[in-house]
Amino acid sequence: MGFIKAKYNAPGGVHPAYHKDLAAEQPIVEMPLPASLVVSMSQHLGKPATPTVKKGDSVLRGQVIGESAGFISAAVHAPTSGTVKLVAPVATAAGPQATAITIEPDGEDTWVEGISPCPNWQALGKKEIVEKIAAAGITGMGGAGFPTHVKVSPPPETEIDTLILNGAECEPYLTADYRLMVEKAAEIWQGALIIAKALDAKTIYVAIEDNKPQAIAAMQEALPAEAGDAQVVELKTEYPQGAEKQQIFAVTGREVPAGGLPLNVGIVVENVGTTLAVWDAVVNGRPLTERVTTVTGGPVAKPGNVLARLGTTTADMVEFCGGTSGAVAKIISGGPMMGFAQADMSGPTTKTTSGLLLLGPESVHAYESMPCISCGRCVGVCPMNLMPNELSQFLEAEDYETAEEYNVMDCIECGCCAFECPAHRPLVQHMRRGKTQVMINRRNQ
Amino acid sequence: MTAVIQTAITIGGAGLACGGLLALAAKFLAVEEDPRVEEVNEILPGANCGGCAYAGCAAYAEAIVLEGAAINLCAPGGAEILNKLAEATGQTAQQAEHKVAIVLCGGEVEHAPRKFDYNGVADCQAAHSTGGGDKACTYGCLGYASCARACPVGAIEIINGIAKVHPDLCISCQACVKTCPRKLIKMVPYARKIHVMCSSKDKGPAVKKACTVGCIGCTICTKLAEDEAIKMEGFLAVVDYDKDLDNDTVIEKCPPNCIVRI
Repeated sequence: MGFIKAKYNAPGGVHPAYHKDLAAEQPIVEMPLPASLVVSMSQHLGKPATPTVKKGDSVLRGQVIGESAGFISAAVHAPTSGTVKLVAPVATAAGPQATAITIEPDGEDTWVEGISPCPNWQALGKKEIVEKIAAAGITGMGGAGFPTHVKVSPPPETEIDTLILNGAECEPYLTADYRLMVEKAAEIWQGALIIAKALDAKTIYVAIEDNKPQAIAAMQEALPAEAGDAQVVELKTEYPQGAEKQQIFAVTGREVPAGGLPLNVGIVVENVGTTLAVWDAVVNGRPLTERVTTVTGGPVAKPGNVLARLGTTTADMVEFCGGTSGAVAKIISGGPMMGFAQADMSGPTTKTTSGLLLLGPESVHAYESMPCISCGRCVGVCPMNLMPNELSQFLEAEDYETAEEYNVMDCIECGCCAFECPAHRPLVQHMRRGKTQVMINRRNQ
Repeated sequence: MTAVIQTAITIGGAGLACGGLLALAAKFLAVEEDPRVEEVNEILPGANCGGCAYAGCAAYAEAIVLEGAAINLCAPGGAEILNKLAEATGQTAQQAEHKVAIVLCGGEVEHAPRKFDYNGVADCQAAHSTGGGDKACTYGCLGYASCARACPVGAIEIINGIAKVHPDLCISCQACVKTCPRKLIKMVPYARKIHVMCSSKDKGPAVKKACTVGCIGCTICTKLAEDEAIKMEGFLAVVDYDKDLDNDTVIEKCPPNCIVRI
């Protein structure tokens, strides 16, 4: 009951070594408050939030310290009570600088006034739910960080019939979503019902890869009666099953048109972590101030899944996980396929930090890029049916117009092509470069 | 034999009909073009560099004739073409100031350390969007030669890890200015030789950590230069090219030696 196997499977995909065993069986542990928290104003896709506090101000947990700065933007809240020590630019995980507020916790962890739990959320209207989500500053917690309140308020003329909870977690090493589904299944279902109500969605699916039987069992067991014909959908284990468009196809067989959004085919996809945050915001009235992050990789002494306040630095997280045993050759914020390599451990966690991965020298290799041998493997694994071989050569020649004709903008930057390339060509890096330049060219026109 | 004749009549007839249609179309759908546009277009160098801010030489020619655009915008053309344009259009030839591009960064390999090994696409935009670039200084030249590839005349060379513009080769087209993801390249008057070779907006201590020849914002040069020819913009000294500056003491007294004569 409440369980089906996916009928479809998106094209392409790869099977990297998953290494999930490192942290999969480690229950979520809450990390004590660190000595300081660096809260970035750019934790989401879109415009960075505008800081509303200055150096010396004292703040309470859940207090707004960054106001949403536009339609596609999200509020940022103080992750604990304490004093603002510094307001200065800090590099985000992806590279560019953004203002960050450094808070020295006072240890009291006092919540701001006005936190109003609402256990009887069924009485809330659609608009109130969306308002509560926006006020809590919730963004997609799977990695891209799209503001959730925008996602759950589609234009009035679009009809959303299906909500898919994304529990695929196809990135190797990461286990944060898996632990959430095993430990918080009932709360995730409640969150799903709340989002479904806001969207008027009739059907709810939870998509989970078949390498996580425990999560599938837990979600099935916790399925509430009021969820109607909701189903847990078992996906084939394959990277990138967690990618939105690929998952929609695998679960429903619908294809999102090129350049379109899931709502064009009547679907909204939410990550399970985001769904839990929605439950916390609506039922407990608490803004998003913490998240579960998988701290893992060979050199981490005790890999685990850590519930930490937003703004905890990588160094503090690793320290909490027993520090490092052995040399660290690479630090990655996120998973190994789509994460961002970091120059040091000073960077703070944000709403989108699903994992912190340290790799030892034995797993890190520098390759020299060779000419394309036209083997076509990248074409075979591309989940968007693009031709990375051709595209990379156009982009190498800086021919952005042809690259646009070959639909470079549809690339989801999953990295399957670069993973598969026997000539070690930086294919996905070329694609990213190309997408940036096409955007710049469009803006200049 | 009839097949041959039939074919000849069909093909020939179709040809005649199409020819007639084309002749009519040429008469009725003809677009009238100002002959002066063609004349001006002939004078322009035809490099299509875009330095005049029009889409190419033809677009600029159209703008001169039809919109009365200034005739001194073609930097590669120089005085010779300006005079020819003046003759053709009847406007007076007034030479615009000859400007050349300069990369305002002096952080060569031995001055500016790298914070990680970059192993991606050898392109500045790509490097810049990977952890903010591999150079410890987040403002400095990355040296992956995007500007050099954009330059239509090969005036930019990567020397010792940073891009250098050869002022005598530069045709002022500004292609490099648009390409640089760090926005380090500025257009300066050709005659001016003293420059602050740094674009870092950071405070002194942060600059010192990232580069030994970065502007530390000590303000010494602003006091030595007459008439505020060097001004502070935040923590960075910036030359005001509208004012005269020919004062070697600013070069001698600059503690990190980031003011140089080129």
